[in-house]
Amino acid sequence: MTTNWEKIRIDFPILNRTVNDQPLIYMDNAATTQKPKQVIQAISHFYENYNSNVYRGVHTLSGEATQVYEDSRQKVANFIHARQKEEIIFTKGTTASINHLAQMLASEVAAGDEILLTYMEHHSNIIPWQQLAQKVKAKLVYVDITDDGKINLEDYKNKLNKKTKIVSFTHVSNILGTINPVQEMTKLAHEKKAIVIVDGAQAVPHFPVNMQELNVDYYAFSGHKMLGPTGIGVLYGKKEWLEKLEPAEFGGEMIELVKEEESTWASLPNKFEAGTPDISGAIGLGAAIDYLEAIGMENIKKHEEDLLVYLYKKLIKIDGLEIYGPRNLQDHSGVVSFNLQGIHPHDLATALDLEGIAIRAGHHCGQLLMRQLDVVATSRISLYFYNTKEEVDQLIQALEKAKEFFIS
Amino acid sequence: MRSKRLEMLYKTLIKEHSNNPSNKKSLADATGEIELFNPSCGDLIVVQFKLDGDILTEVCFEGQGCAISMASASMMSELMQGKTLNEVNNLIETFYQLVQGNEDIDTESLKDAVYLEGVSKFPTRIRCATLSWHALEQGLEEYE
Repeated sequence: MTTNWEKIRIDFPILNRTVNDQPLIYMDNAATTQKPKQVIQAISHFYENYNSNVYRGVHTLSGEATQVYEDSRQKVANFIHARQKEEIIFTKGTTASINHLAQMLASEVAAGDEILLTYMEHHSNIIPWQQLAQKVKAKLVYVDITDDGKINLEDYKNKLNKKTKIVSFTHVSNILGTINPVQEMTKLAHEKKAIVIVDGAQAVPHFPVNMQELNVDYYAFSGHKMLGPTGIGVLYGKKEWLEKLEPAEFGGEMIELVKEEESTWASLPNKFEAGTPDISGAIGLGAAIDYLEAIGMENIKKHEEDLLVYLYKKLIKIDGLEIYGPRNLQDHSGVVSFNLQGIHPHDLATALDLEGIAIRAGHHCGQLLMRQLDVVATSRISLYFYNTKEEVDQLIQALEKAKEFFIS
Repeated sequence: MRSKRLEMLYKTLIKEHSNNPSNKKSLADATGEIELFNPSCGDLIVVQFKLDGDILTEVCFEGQGCAISMASASMMSELMQGKTLNEVNNLIETFYQLVQGNEDIDTESLKDAVYLEGVSKFPTRIRCATLSWHALEQGLEEYE
């Protein structure tokens, strides 16, 4: 089946708007993606037709809401090839998923144990572990990255040892676009009996992800980076682990029997979803998954690779433009960080904004990586399947123009 | 038309200040010093100053940043030389008003810094313009 990529853009109402009198060119997709009307409508449809709380009622509306909420959970499970929907916990997003994990795994880590991270982690995969390490007096260890922005696998192997209790790393770098060898890294960590956690926020939206192949213990991602609404995310965990873990939050709907002094917990996944969840968010995420699957994740992957190659070839021709990250585009998602010599990223982002082009400038929640790259900030282009080659052409023109303005 | 808007923000004088900033050096015998970090972009600025009684005799800065923040620091350092603490505080307040688009202020007192008025049309960049001014303000507060 050939996809009409131009026609797909009609589904995204926001792509019709102008910014500074220019058609919007949205290339900040690693921050958040735009929403197709199918997702927006699914959310309004819930509020207009069957809004009610889940699980709590015997009335019709509650039954309908619970059904669609649970259907969304099943869709997520199918999408990432979890064994069953009980392995899918809805959270606020990737950050919340990792925070919950860091709290829930506190009992697994003792003084002197090691938590292994990498220098390409987003702050959301650093700070929760720093907090845990401080609390239990564990040690944080960071894996180096290579000059071309990949995880240094030799260093990774060297730093894995008997004391390593937790290994947590990103599937795809939100700054360099590097796609990490999750399967291989997981296998190595499991040989040392470490728990493996992967931040999939920049992976799940862009290519097929399969929990059975990756064999990670936990996996976290966000709805809003994959066409869904903000405020909904996922924590995947292998059932045998989730069953053993104590929850991080307590209250309604996560209990079984409540007594004065103690209580027992509900079964999976409710044990980890205290309080009224983001029902509309979960429904929106379900609609986003339907949308992505209708196009096909393999299809999306190929299309984005195509766009990336097109962009990359043009970028490297710009004099004074330095790109960070892997040169080999096989290990590369549609995220490209760069600097134009003599122009600060913030000045560049303002110049592009005046041309209607949205990119990110700054440290991208990766201060440790910025220090590794020896830069204060970078500019970042991040593509999604609704971007076009014409937009890339306009971006390149705008970059040339900005260069002329600031450097001449 | 579009380049005009870019020129409205980055006036020639701003580009000159950012390319050749005044007082971008370190002071050996500073009275006070403050380091301020802009967490949104990662820019770091160090502002140093020398006080003779009530008079700010010298202001210097170091750091990396965008054209707006560097030009602003350069303009600020020139402006503050020889001012009394009271004048310094008034000028800082006047500058905050300027970049927020308040037209009811004594713009002439700000000298070159008045050229940063265009920032008020770019709300996401106001913090770049005010970083060094906040640093001086905080540095003086801490000194007192």
